[in-house]
Amino acid sequence: MITEGKQKIWSDYQKEIPDDHWYYVRSCIRQNFFPASEKMFTEITRKVLGKDIYETPHHTTCGGIAYHCDTIPQETVMTIVARQFALMTEAGYENYVPSCITSFGNYCEILETWHEFPELEAKIRENLWKACKREFNKPKYLAHTSDLIYHWRNAIAAKAKHHLVNKETGEPLKIVEHIGCHYAKMFPSKGVGGAEYPYVLAGMIESWGGQVVDYPERRHCCGYGFRQYHVKANRSYSVSNTWKKFESMEPFHPDAIITNCPGCPYFLDRWQYVIAEQTGKTYGKDGYGIPVLTYEELAGIILGYDPWDLGLQLHQVAVEPLLDKIGVEYDPKAKYLGLNKEDIMRPELPKSIKCC
Amino acid sequence: MKENIVIIGGGIAGMEAAKQLLVLGYNPIIIEQEDHLGGHVFQWHKLFPDMTSSHELLNDLSNQIKDANVFLETKVNSLNALGDSYNVILNNGVNIVAKAILIASGFHLFDAAKKEEYGYGVYDHVITNADLEAWFNKRADARIPEHPKAVGFVHCVGSRDLKAGNSQCSKVCCTTAIKQAIEVKEIFPDTEVYCFYMDLRLFGKKYEDFYINAQRDFGVHFIRGRVSEVGETIDNRLQVKAEDTLTGKPLKVTLDLLVLMSGMVCNPRTNELANMVGLDIDDDGFLKSRDNVYSIMESNRPGIFYAGACTGTKTVPETVAEARAAVLSIHRYLTKA
Repeated sequence: MITEGKQKIWSDYQKEIPDDHWYYVRSCIRQNFFPASEKMFTEITRKVLGKDIYETPHHTTCGGIAYHCDTIPQETVMTIVARQFALMTEAGYENYVPSCITSFGNYCEILETWHEFPELEAKIRENLWKACKREFNKPKYLAHTSDLIYHWRNAIAAKAKHHLVNKETGEPLKIVEHIGCHYAKMFPSKGVGGAEYPYVLAGMIESWGGQVVDYPERRHCCGYGFRQYHVKANRSYSVSNTWKKFESMEPFHPDAIITNCPGCPYFLDRWQYVIAEQTGKTYGKDGYGIPVLTYEELAGIILGYDPWDLGLQLHQVAVEPLLDKIGVEYDPKAKYLGLNKEDIMRPELPKSIKCC
Repeated sequence: MKENIVIIGGGIAGMEAAKQLLVLGYNPIIIEQEDHLGGHVFQWHKLFPDMTSSHELLNDLSNQIKDANVFLETKVNSLNALGDSYNVILNNGVNIVAKAILIASGFHLFDAAKKEEYGYGVYDHVITNADLEAWFNKRADARIPEHPKAVGFVHCVGSRDLKAGNSQCSKVCCTTAIKQAIEVKEIFPDTEVYCFYMDLRLFGKKYEDFYINAQRDFGVHFIRGRVSEVGETIDNRLQVKAEDTLTGKPLKVTLDLLVLMSGMVCNPRTNELANMVGLDIDDDGFLKSRDNVYSIMESNRPGIFYAGACTGTKTVPETVAEARAAVLSIHRYLTKA
């Protein structure tokens, strides 16, 4: 690997990211998958970094999943998105940051389409007015939440209580970064680092002391790929994609995986159990899996938040081996205690993959 | 006193034109920005389809243009009309007045790093066709393993690629890939060689025979399908993914070396020249001929002529033939005047 070659590409794909005042929109599914991730985003950006991050309960789905499942007309999606922009405009913001990768791709695609076909934008404005008497300005800046954490990665590193370093050996932890397909594959110039060698998560890993693992199937889909999973008959195709990725990364012995998409951490996490059930194979050490985290969860670990406040007990693959390597202190007994310290019940543990 | 003819570009077109102009009694003056003549052919090892030695060809040509004036490592600072002539000012301070100018500034190789998915400049064992020719000449390149088990060639890198901004076919890459695949098999007989192509454009004399030989005598595998992405394995080999469009299936192969057939793109320096004197540029960025059938060597300005790949992608035989034709056009122009 020629690092300078990657650095040249990274320098070609940098985007302007304003340092403050963002209109934040949550994902439809992330709060169900790993609910503390979005909470950590607001916690870190507002409380740790002191940024102005605004959100409104009037925000709805962007229609992206339906769009990519071919179940909704594009003009309907555009009108939904126009309403989101109207909410941003009414709130007095001009920087728009979605938490979902598919939303981000959806917004990029719609803004680009309107740029190419202004008559379509005019029609959508008319649709929105007829539907709810709203008007909107297009965002001046559009970024994904991982872009913002990337932008503030060094500020986070400066406040870090832990680093991505093996406390026993002093070696940097080997971290796989997995980028959601809709982040930059459609519009490479909209992603930090472009589509082929994205830097958005790699930059966080480097800044927080880890070592990025580049493996042959790095660019491959996590296995979610909406029509693979949402069509029930295709689910074996979904898991086979995930299996392909794990087989490819296995020789590199990664300590963890981080992702910036709602579906990727879920499928990379849950399918490890399914693969273990189907094949008897696990990819971590001693029968464990490879922990899969969102970048907000990883930032929370780095900043010293309690792993159970980060919601890491909701992961299928045990995160304790990673916490032990980093040297994070945690109370195993508190793993299944809720915010009010009440027992939230324990899942039945599988035999095929080791859990704590 | 012999008439000056300024030739801008000392590649195969400029050299051949100088040779013919000397025969006709003119004073050819070659302006070449590199420190040697020969252009891209200087870097090449052998030329298809007869495996002609590039260096023997260039040595032969050099010997025949000893009486020509040659300025190496020299650039044209300005080119202006001066009555019925042109005033050419060089960056070494020399000023030449000539009634006829021949532009033979050739092409640039497409920068393969722009096709990021192939990993040129990122992965250790990804090289270009030009890099491989240089290795054939010098046998020194750390990117090329001593005993590769498998080697791949990707055709049309930067050619026929609207995303890369180039719609044109580079004409020579298909046959060059076949030639280089055969040369690799001659050096490493046990190596598996794969050529990934969109379609094979083998229009020249003996090119098709060359293709058949590559399959029948050397066992080169031809796969109709474009490479989608390249990655590096734990043991520093290359995992290449492509689609075999004949079988309709995706395929994955692990290689020790991947050669990207970089295509021809316009020489940006030529555009600077064109702007100096108001020459037309075509949609593909190359110089625009008066027409593409009968007057390829003629520009939109009297007294300025073209030869070779400055007007579009050309093979060596086409370039040589065009240089000779351009010289006749110049001669006719000057004798008419």
